[in-house]
Amino acid sequence: MADSDAEDLVLTGVTKKFGTFKAVDDLDLTVPQGSFFALLGPSGCGKTTTLRMVAGLEELTAGAITLGPQDISYLKPYKRPVNTVFQSYALFPHMTIFENVAFGLRRQGKKDVKKQVEDMLELVELAQYGARKPTQLSGGQQQRVALARALINRPQVLLLDEPLGALDLKLRRAMQIELKRIQTEVGITFVHVTHDQEEAMTMADTVAVMNAGLIEQMGEPKELYEHPRTTFVANFLGQSNLIKAKVNGTDGDQIRAEIEGSTLRVPRDRAADDAAVRSGSVWVGIRPEKVFLAAGGTETSDGSNVLRRGRVTDVSFIGVSTQYLVRMPWGQELMVFEQNTGAREDFRVGDEVDLHWLPDHTFLLDADQDATAGVEREDLG
Amino acid sequence: MSTAAAPVGPAEAVAAPAPEERKRGWTGYLLLAPAMLWLLVFFIIPMVSLVSTSLYDPSGSLETGYSMTGHIANYVDTLSEYSKQFIRSIIYAGIATLACLLLGYPLAYAIAFKAGRWKNLMLVAVIAPFFTSFLIRTLSWQLILGDQAWVADILRGIGLLGEEGHLMATPLAVVTGITYNFLPFMVLPLYASLEKIDPRLHEAGADLYASPFTTFRKVTVPLSMPGVVAGTLLTFIPAAGDYINAQLLGNPQTTMIGNVIQNLFDGGSYPEAAALSVTLMAAIVVMVLVYINRAGTEELV
Ligand SMILES: Nc1ncnc2c1ncn2[C@@H]1O[C@H](COP(=O)(O)OP(=O)(O)OP(=O)(O)O)[C@@H](O)[C@H]1O
Ligand SMILES: [Mg+2]
Repeated sequence: MADSDAEDLVLTGVTKKFGTFKAVDDLDLTVPQGSFFALLGPSGCGKTTTLRMVAGLEELTAGAITLGPQDISYLKPYKRPVNTVFQSYALFPHMTIFENVAFGLRRQGKKDVKKQVEDMLELVELAQYGARKPTQLSGGQQQRVALARALINRPQVLLLDEPLGALDLKLRRAMQIELKRIQTEVGITFVHVTHDQEEAMTMADTVAVMNAGLIEQMGEPKELYEHPRTTFVANFLGQSNLIKAKVNGTDGDQIRAEIEGSTLRVPRDRAADDAAVRSGSVWVGIRPEKVFLAAGGTETSDGSNVLRRGRVTDVSFIGVSTQYLVRMPWGQELMVFEQNTGAREDFRVGDEVDLHWLPDHTFLLDADQDATAGVEREDLG
Repeated sequence: MSTAAAPVGPAEAVAAPAPEERKRGWTGYLLLAPAMLWLLVFFIIPMVSLVSTSLYDPSGSLETGYSMTGHIANYVDTLSEYSKQFIRSIIYAGIATLACLLLGYPLAYAIAFKAGRWKNLMLVAVIAPFFTSFLIRTLSWQLILGDQAWVADILRGIGLLGEEGHLMATPLAVVTGITYNFLPFMVLPLYASLEKIDPRLHEAGADLYASPFTTFRKVTVPLSMPGVVAGTLLTFIPAAGDYINAQLLGNPQTTMIGNVIQNLFDGGSYPEAAALSVTLMAAIVVMVLVYINRAGTEELV
């Protein structure tokens, strides 16, 4: 990553203020050359602003952006080897689709753009639409033109601001695969902004979760999902049960946390924050699909984490899984997703159950953080 | 979803429209009526009267009355007699329109994209001259361009104007007056079309390797063409028929076709005046049609 020949995109201490409002706050990012980097976060967290600073469309308040050895912080946008797929497409309404796509090549003084443009339109499945004007295309088609218009220039870094947002599910999946294929093929660095976590996780080598102008956590998708370090990440990427517990000691590599008389074990390396552990008060986190249900009182605690005397309050059959809501004796409702393998026992509303899961799937977070941070609105309802 | 809705939609649509359409039709005509009446009284009738007057026998007078003789020669006679003023009008109006465009475009651009919170103030400033009479404003140019005024002094000082040179009562004065008077008619449509341009298109241009000037040439200018066309028409058409500027700021050698028509009407030569008016109108319509055709409507978004 620190290879000096590599044309990594590096943001150091990048800050953007609008008036007194900090849209992006002291951001440090390294996007390795040729990687597919996803910037994931809720609406208004500063994703677009970050991209605009990389593209040169927004001036930095502080910090620096470098691309390989070159400091591009104050380079004019038209001199940066960076192209953007705009969130709002920003297609030129007076030009045909062909001319829109050819625009960047013509500005660089390239001759014979016809073949290249046609190939590009072919790639985004718009070969027949070259002669049309942007207003004569559907939203999804316009989005693909925006993609083609940026991609055809083969920039060092391609910035994609929710480029697939307007597409229907089927086309979006197809374009995701297509984008990933193109990226691997041409080796361009992609910085892909999205608030679709599934999209980020399926496409990206590295995902950065952003919240309120800050990077909460950055890493490989699996690492982020299995080992969230903040409640925001735990809730924003998938869903999590967060249970308030007291740390009451350690057993070798394991931390013991107590909740209403039950003891839960967590491997030490799955605790996000040593200070929190020492302070004693923590969130014990567990993903709903990692939890198993057993009839009340039947589960023995041989090395697994067990919470007893839960009562099923809601059952929804999804098809591949059954989702349970279980009310614990202290009033909290926990989510449990049981795979529909046929081997699992079915429970009904009102049944008493025990919850159990492997200590290795448990994680510990700082209890000072808001347990509902990053919970999506539809999940709250 | 659409297949489920389909059988319901058309069935309703067939039953509903007949009475609905009739009602809507009546409302439409009712709403059109005042405009139609207006057009009839203030456009169609005067037009018919103007064209018929242009065909009267020119030997008549206000006292003796005119006789309708279908005297088409009025057109030929006036055009050959006043062709110089005719051509002069077109040239003056053309130069003034060009000057308005060159002055007005940067101004409209600044108001649309650079003015920020001064936008409204600048727009008011563009319109403000209308609060004073057209005549007063044109008369004040006599002072500005006068031999004793500082403009002439400075020009003499730097040698652009000879010791005996004048600014007043020259073609330059007339064109300057026309340019000044019609500038708002250029700026406002230009502003309206520039203001509609999404600033993100400029960003897209910059992102795609176009320098600010190239972006201006390739994106801003084509998208502002509707404003350019509207502005030039709104300036050129009234300027070609203008007579106040030539009268107040010009000399006998700068007489425009508007002055000729006015003098003919004053002198009671109604048929000739009417014939010239119709010729001017026809000439402008033809020029406008050619112009709009050349400007290319398909380029206009
Ligand atoms: N020009 C501006 N002036 C003032 N505030 C701005 C400006 N542009 C953005 N902001 C603010 O900065 C914050 C970040 O905006 P940004 O557009 O980067 O969000 P985003 O993460 O891209 O959101 P979304 O997912 O909705 O596109 C927002 O709170 C927004 O209101
Ligand atoms: Mg955005």
